[in-house]
Amino acid sequence: MKANLIVLRAGAALLAFLPAATGFAQDSAAMRPTFSSDYRFVEMTGEELFANVCQGCHMPDASGAVGAGAYPSLIANRNLATSSYAVHLVVNGRRGMPAFGDMMTDGQVAAVVNYLRTHFDNSYTDVVTATEVRGARR
Amino acid sequence: MQSETAVIRRRDLFSLIGAMAGSAAMYHAMMSLGFASESTYKGPVRLEGDPNGASVLILGAGLAGMTAALELRKAGYKVQILEFNNRAGGRNWTLRGGDTFAELGGYKQTCEFDRGLYINPGPWRIPYHHRALLDYCKRLGVALEPFIQLNHNAYLHASRAFGGQPQKIRAIKADFQGQVSELLAKATQQGGLDETVSKEDQEILLQALRSWGALDSDYRYNANLVSAEFRGYAREPGGGLSPEPLPSDPVTLSDLLRSRVWRYLQNFARYSFQTTMFQPVGGMDMIGKAFAREVTDLIRYNAKVTQIRQNDRGVTVSYVDTTSPATVLHATADWCICTIPLSILSQISIDVGSRMQAAIDAVSYAGSVKIGLQFKRRFWEEDEAIYGGITYTDLPIRQIAYPNDGFNRAGRGVLLGAYLFETANAYEFTAMTPKERVASAVEFGSLIHPQYKQEFENGVAVAWHRVPFTLGCSGEWSDEGRAKHYRNLCQIDGRIVLAGEHASDLPAWQEGAILSSLDAIARLHERVVKT
Repeated sequence: MKANLIVLRAGAALLAFLPAATGFAQDSAAMRPTFSSDYRFVEMTGEELFANVCQGCHMPDASGAVGAGAYPSLIANRNLATSSYAVHLVVNGRRGMPAFGDMMTDGQVAAVVNYLRTHFDNSYTDVVTATEVRGARR
Repeated sequence: MQSETAVIRRRDLFSLIGAMAGSAAMYHAMMSLGFASESTYKGPVRLEGDPNGASVLILGAGLAGMTAALELRKAGYKVQILEFNNRAGGRNWTLRGGDTFAELGGYKQTCEFDRGLYINPGPWRIPYHHRALLDYCKRLGVALEPFIQLNHNAYLHASRAFGGQPQKIRAIKADFQGQVSELLAKATQQGGLDETVSKEDQEILLQALRSWGALDSDYRYNANLVSAEFRGYAREPGGGLSPEPLPSDPVTLSDLLRSRVWRYLQNFARYSFQTTMFQPVGGMDMIGKAFAREVTDLIRYNAKVTQIRQNDRGVTVSYVDTTSPATVLHATADWCICTIPLSILSQISIDVGSRMQAAIDAVSYAGSVKIGLQFKRRFWEEDEAIYGGITYTDLPIRQIAYPNDGFNRAGRGVLLGAYLFETANAYEFTAMTPKERVASAVEFGSLIHPQYKQEFENGVAVAWHRVPFTLGCSGEWSDEGRAKHYRNLCQIDGRIVLAGEHASDLPAWQEGAILSSLDAIARLHERVVKT
């Protein structure tokens, strides 16, 4: 049942219903743009960080995008199963993914990874801590 | 007794060397004595020797790709280019009224600017020392005009200083010089420099500080007609029986320091931004179009590269036509010059060694956003006498740049209403819809120019991470990344060599793309004629 839902939601035909289905209301405080004053992000919660940073490439519904290259969809993304992989990518970057290690604190990286792993049809219950993020910094 | 050569003037020495040993020797002599151009560009590339009908496949019709195509065809190669877009130029790009642009995520914009008005979403200025780019502009007939980097009458703005009022660059610059000069003069007169500066030099130093810092006869930086000539007047000089000029009040040292607007002064001092800078007349894409006129018959447009294979006989590139992507097509050649941005190339299967692959995967692409805003009238000129140049601010828009053409003309005008590069704000603006970006730029800009609200008509916003053909603005090398990967990225790997701004020491500059291309084709050609 769950698996079916994931497949359907990833389909283009249902995209129009996604905002309601995944529960990001347009009047949510996190959906309003936040502006940092310096090189580092001021957004603190995973929801705010996603809405003001990640969705620039991964799109508001996390479905990714395709041009000459692609930004992967984060919906029901199996690469999120191992939290250390997501932490490593956010901190150090790789290929099209910029490195955010200098622009986010350990706590911010943990917050956004935890948010991704519990939203967009990802439901991984183990929580990433700031201490684990510190270990990923090269 | 002094020898003859010891007293010879340097200029005479150069002509002597030039006459006796030729211009190359003279060039080396000038370089070793600190003269001559700092550019590594040595004039049009000379590819001597017969390539014997060798073929080259170039991936990408940006400036790097088209430079390679133009020069290699001239040298006798069979050349073809695959280009993802339906136009040439790549990031050398201008948006004008009627142009449409779809960014990733499907957000589509149509530029509604008046005829003759434009923004350059990508590169927008050319330093005088970018000799290769300037040479191609000359050879291809691209007309240039000045790009004004420093306008003393534009603003420096800090939202929490000076009551939020923007300050004239002229006043901040004069006050910074004046206050620092007064301080240094004081230290000198109190003996603070006795151990490091001789008495005689201290006298000259005081004269210099007075001259440079607009100090009075007591070495103070005060409101008077001398400092007014630097920082501007409270009442400007007039004619006849009009009131006499009045000086303006300098900002105190403490206010100046705490405002932190001094941090913008380096934008007028750094080598990359020193005068003279240029822009092409009519838009930056005049350069891309001029290149395209030379090589357009070689370009296959709408070609999305999906795979790059090589063996000891040649290179095979798989691609699809983006208008009918079901069919995989193939292009083959003896050699390949790949200018695809690394943000994209890192996602394409390519036969290169592990070291080059590691280099391709290692480079982040900078976030950057530019927003063009059209207004009913050129109020910055009419109301504020700002003709070209750039205002810097700590607001999220970071810059407002005024058009460097069409001065003093009635009618509409277009401002660059935001330019973000590599900051948190660049990502935040990227995460917004184009409409939201434009609305935010108008909102923030109105804190500097209150006329915005009344005069704004329409706008376009380009966020480079959402640009389908680059997925980012430019290669963002860290020092560690460059030390580890740069040389591996630039090597010829079998039959493939990379080129583009990412394969240069001038990332994000068009000059970097061209110099990278010229270096790559020179090395490739050497290999071809030797084998």
